[in-house]
Amino acid sequence: MDQLLQQLINGLAWGAIYALIALGYTMVYGVLRLINFAHGDVYMVGAMMAYYLAHWLGFAVAPSTIGFVIVLTSSMLICGALGALIELVAYRPLRNRPRMSMLITAIGVSMLLEFGGQRVFGPDPKFFPQLIESRSLFKAGAVVLTNIDLLVICVSLFLMVVLRFIVLRTKIGLAVRAVSFSFETSSLMGINVNTVISVTFVIGSALAAAAGAMVGLRNPKIEPLMGVLPGVKAFVAAVLGGIGNFPGAVVGGLVMGVTETLVAAYFSSTYRDAVAFVILIVVLLVRPAGLFGKVTVEKV
Amino acid sequence: MAHPISARRSTTVSVFALLCALLCVLPCVLLCVTGCKGKTDEIVIGEFGSLTGGTATFGTSTHAGVLQALDEINARGGLLGKKVKVVTEDDQSKPEEAVSAVLKLIKQNNVVAVIGEVASSRSLAAAPQCQRNKIPMLSPASTNPKVTEAGDYIFRACFIDPFQGSTMAKFAVNSLKLKRFAILTDTKNDYSVGLAQYFRETAKKLGAEIVAEESYSEGDIEFKAQLTSIKTKSPEAVFVPGYYTECALIARQAKELGLTVPLLGGDGWDSPKTTEIGGAAVDGTYFTNHYSEQENRPEVKKFIDTYKQRNAGKVPDAMAVLGYDSMMMMADAITRAGSTEGPKIRDALAATKNFAAVSGTITIDAQRNAQKSIVVLKIDAGRFTFVESVAP
Repeated sequence: MDQLLQQLINGLAWGAIYALIALGYTMVYGVLRLINFAHGDVYMVGAMMAYYLAHWLGFAVAPSTIGFVIVLTSSMLICGALGALIELVAYRPLRNRPRMSMLITAIGVSMLLEFGGQRVFGPDPKFFPQLIESRSLFKAGAVVLTNIDLLVICVSLFLMVVLRFIVLRTKIGLAVRAVSFSFETSSLMGINVNTVISVTFVIGSALAAAAGAMVGLRNPKIEPLMGVLPGVKAFVAAVLGGIGNFPGAVVGGLVMGVTETLVAAYFSSTYRDAVAFVILIVVLLVRPAGLFGKVTVEKV
Repeated sequence: MAHPISARRSTTVSVFALLCALLCVLPCVLLCVTGCKGKTDEIVIGEFGSLTGGTATFGTSTHAGVLQALDEINARGGLLGKKVKVVTEDDQSKPEEAVSAVLKLIKQNNVVAVIGEVASSRSLAAAPQCQRNKIPMLSPASTNPKVTEAGDYIFRACFIDPFQGSTMAKFAVNSLKLKRFAILTDTKNDYSVGLAQYFRETAKKLGAEIVAEESYSEGDIEFKAQLTSIKTKSPEAVFVPGYYTECALIARQAKELGLTVPLLGGDGWDSPKTTEIGGAAVDGTYFTNHYSEQENRPEVKKFIDTYKQRNAGKVPDAMAVLGYDSMMMMADAITRAGSTEGPKIRDALAATKNFAAVSGTITIDAQRNAQKSIVVLKIDAGRFTFVESVAP
């Protein structure tokens, strides 16, 4: 029982990371019907930016919680700008072309970030500075909760609440929902579609950057290809929850994290990645639109 | 505007001139290509290693050791009256890159012998190429037994995993008096799987119990699931035969989960990065290694002093020592062979006996493995301290 509880904590903290990345996939898919394959690499850039900021601002030698908050927010801002730039340069010129062109461009941008990252940041793994010393907050029997796991879960929750507020309670959120509902109609209604799409990329990329910075803190080894596998897993999580659906992405991410942890714990880490995809296949067989997705009937 | 005819004529002329130029240049190019091969004033030795990537310190340390040996050899007047040159290729810590690196050394740089790799998986990938081209390959630190089984041109300057795994098991059972072990293996890594196997066999033979066996894959950063499972079985020590980037993260996450029993490891733990990434979490770890900087032999002292001078005061790790030893062994073999032909160097390497190296006295056995002693180190407040030495 203790073990199961501990594994759930491990899984939730890991799943929160997937959830944050999955949200970006879902948001972009909502407005553009595009799978933004470069999203996992924006997560990598987020971790790298946090690494360099921590060193430039001197928090690496004088760690503090405030330092981490500053590093986290600055990294989110930089990656938000990067997301907007990617959309502007790579996707916007292709918006009225066949969807396949944009998809292939997304793969190209992903590779540019991965291998450009190897050139700029260097291919060696970097050790992420310990901005917050890890310690256990409480022990109940054999169950341990560390401050970093709690921080990861809390920051993710906080960001999700902020996102929910933006989407449901602000004008720009309303515009995002309108564009998701119908791209053409909303542009006819005087909504600036370009702005809405840019904002979507900024928010999604900022969430990915937050995930990257927190992974750096929790598992302090970062490298330019670190975004490849989490990117794919988060995409699976988004599809699992029903792509385009916000709560679906969060639930999908958490399910992925917990499942992976349980599989590694009770079966073997060799099957961990395989099981994630088996679950995806099963869910899609039963509910083709994902857990929370709506089945849309195409009218001919 | 030129007249059309004169324009055509000038084109013909320039084409002709170009052809002439080509005809003049071509023999020179050919001469150079063949000339490079037959250049007689230097001996070219190839080195391939992981200068970048997940195990970058393995490659950079080995390289620093090789260069130190190279300068000493050339200061003594080189080999067979010729200067020695080392050409180095980076394999980015990837087995597939190791194959192209070693092929480039053999085919383009025409090396007479190859030194490399540290990681067994990468040595295994490159060894068939050296064997096929009859170029002797000397691995400084690949400990998996399969490496030298690739053929009679493949050698190593270190002990092998059966010795390393069983030494750690004997040490844990006899010296540390422990009886319950868990093993956490990197399933993608020949070295890790081999070490785990020999540790398990010896520990069981000595009456100890393996209470948990878990696995991970190279490149993973999250190990808490496996570590939580291990913790519930309450072992007295965890054997983690892997490479330093993952091992240090494992140590860190084990401590976070309250798994405070000592960790045991192999020479893959030997890197300055282990303590950088692991911090206080790696303290109390025991691992087997090729040498200790605290050994009181004059060779060790002399090597460390020179190394520190050359590398801004850095203390050499075992990979630097093995890089140096490999280069010296190769130089010794070429001198005894009196030739740079592959088969002759091979025979001389195979006949290496009681060679006084920094990491110990090396004798090459019938399986082309080095017979030499092993040391057990303990990480104590961020320093690798010498615990004991075991003869083969």
